Amino acid sequence: MGVEALAHRVEFEPPAPRVLPQAPRLAFRDLKVSFAAERGLVPVVHGVSFDVLPGGTLGLVGESGCGKSVTCMAALGLLGPRAVVSGSATLDGRELIGASTAELDRVRGGRIAMIFQDPMSSLNPVHSVGRQIRESLSLHRGLEGRAAEAEAKRLLDRVGIPSAGQRMKEYPHQLSGGMNQRAMIAIALAGEPDVLIADEPTTALDVTIQAQILDLLADIRAETGMAIVLISHDLGVIAETCDDVAVMYCGRIVERAPVETLFAGPRHPYTIGLLHSLPRLETQIGALEPIAGVVPEPWAAPAGCAFAPRCSGASALCHAKAPQLARSGGRSVACHHPQIRFA
Amino acid sequence: MLRFLVAKLTRAFLAILFVVTFAFVVLRLSGDPALMILGPETTPEALAAFRKSWGLDAPVWQQFLGYLGNLTEGRFGQSMRDARPAIDVVMERVPITLWLMLPALALKILLGVPAGVLAALKRNSTLDRAIMTFSVMGYAVPNFVLGIFLILIFAVQLGWLPSSGSATWAHLILPVIVLGTAGAGILARFTRSAMLEVLGQPYVRTAVAKGVPWWRVVNWHALPNAAIPTVTVIGFMMGSLIAGAVVTESVFAWPGLGRALVVAVSNRDLAVVQVILLLVAACMVTSNLIVDMLYGWLDPRTRIPKAGVGGG
Repeated sequence: MGVEALAHRVEFEPPAPRVLPQAPRLAFRDLKVSFAAERGLVPVVHGVSFDVLPGGTLGLVGESGCGKSVTCMAALGLLGPRAVVSGSATLDGRELIGASTAELDRVRGGRIAMIFQDPMSSLNPVHSVGRQIRESLSLHRGLEGRAAEAEAKRLLDRVGIPSAGQRMKEYPHQLSGGMNQRAMIAIALAGEPDVLIADEPTTALDVTIQAQILDLLADIRAETGMAIVLISHDLGVIAETCDDVAVMYCGRIVERAPVETLFAGPRHPYTIGLLHSLPRLETQIGALEPIAGVVPEPWAAPAGCAFAPRCSGASALCHAKAPQLARSGGRSVACHHPQIRFA
Repeated sequence: MLRFLVAKLTRAFLAILFVVTFAFVVLRLSGDPALMILGPETTPEALAAFRKSWGLDAPVWQQFLGYLGNLTEGRFGQSMRDARPAIDVVMERVPITLWLMLPALALKILLGVPAGVLAALKRNSTLDRAIMTFSVMGYAVPNFVLGIFLILIFAVQLGWLPSSGSATWAHLILPVIVLGTAGAGILARFTRSAMLEVLGQPYVRTAVAKGVPWWRVVNWHALPNAAIPTVTVIGFMMGSLIAGAVVTESVFAWPGLGRALVVAVSNRDLAVVQVILLLVAACMVTSNLIVDMLYGWLDPRTRIPKAGVGGG
């Protein structure tokens, strides 16, 4: 698998020095999300900060429920009335949290597009694929009629759907999962966005199709220069696609680093655990190391480090006080005892 | 499509045949038309003559076969009471009933569907609770209770509207309100739950995420999907257009089919009852057929089979 090759190739290379500091396209600062529930506000995201550079690729990795999707959806105002969002998420310096619906409608799909895990149910079953693409073209580029038709066809061609003209007239249930995800990508591209948030875009697809979709995303990024935020629970997917990785656990970023640095020497015990639980070619089948314990429920989060109950190296300090994300070298780690056990 | 239609039509035919058979047998087991129509003081000879002239002395199966034979030739029998063709007795009532039921159906749809959509959009708000309370009341209160209540207020106390009859459009108002509110309540509940279901679907989130304004998300993405279950209920209401107003017609002395049915049953006017039941069954079956076709139109998943092509 690509992870291994990558990890070995760059093992002792220092991280490439970052070029001139660039203004981030998308900047999250101390973003917090809670959901109103019967037992009061349940915090789900506890202050997340990261940047996405123009044309950059950031992987958000973590177990399901760790808040990676919620973080991104909060920025677009997709969480519904029960969500309480604070902190900041800016697109080219303009605040998105608390922005008016009209402004958000222009950003959604036009500046930041999003694709989702289950392409079949993410497309409207009663409208043809072509109409759903043309809707975006009309909303964000003012294309109607013949022009919209031609552009929709071009986009379907671009995302690799054969006989695009025919497929445009078809409905989502007539297409395979992979085709539907390509159609979703075409819809996302229709608004010519600066950022694409891909929320588990390959999780529901066959492995062979996964690779094709990831390649497609990489191609499109190279061609259009749009930034990609890839949300995945799969480190392998992240390794193949992203420049930078942020590992999330229980609503916090626990480690952030360029992908090579992270794979070469993860510091946070959760990241280490994630890497150990990946299948590796040289170990025997069945020798995967799962991370012991379970993710604490959001309303029963421990007082200190959220990972402490599952961490073999946890000290009294870990159980008492949550560690802050601290920069060291080319990376940031939120751990009282950042250690090197891997590599 | 043809196979679909043939299967549906066959089933429709069997349903009608079942209704006709059931009605025929039950009517003949449940009382003697001769006695009901001629009265209890008639001589046995007269009764026997009456039975002979209407063929009621033959075994039931023979009568039934004769009846079916007549049906296939388009003859529906004679009314024992009016000595006119039963079909004429019935058909002259149909417009009167539709004059009442069509506005009622319109009221149900125009009131029920928007109320349900609104309740779903404002879920758990005061508005939602108010709409749901009214809709429960709408179908929990029996029609005759609401009817009598409205007559008491608007006809007896205030004297604004007539209490019974069908002479003017003012006569329509109270029975249409009675029929409409009950149906609107049912429709509002169905529409609300269908909308809530649809609003929680990933494709609605996709639509919002691609920058579609909310009103368009509701109209273009959610409503067409929510229409699928709602149409089923409306279809059912359409099917019962002809027969559905027995109670209300009686309360308001509306001379429609519902009242004709009550009178015909109590008189054991066999041919008339059978024609009405046949008509009701035919309406139900037809509206079911229409609903099935509407499904195909509304939902491409039932119209177009999944293609056999895979690949990514």
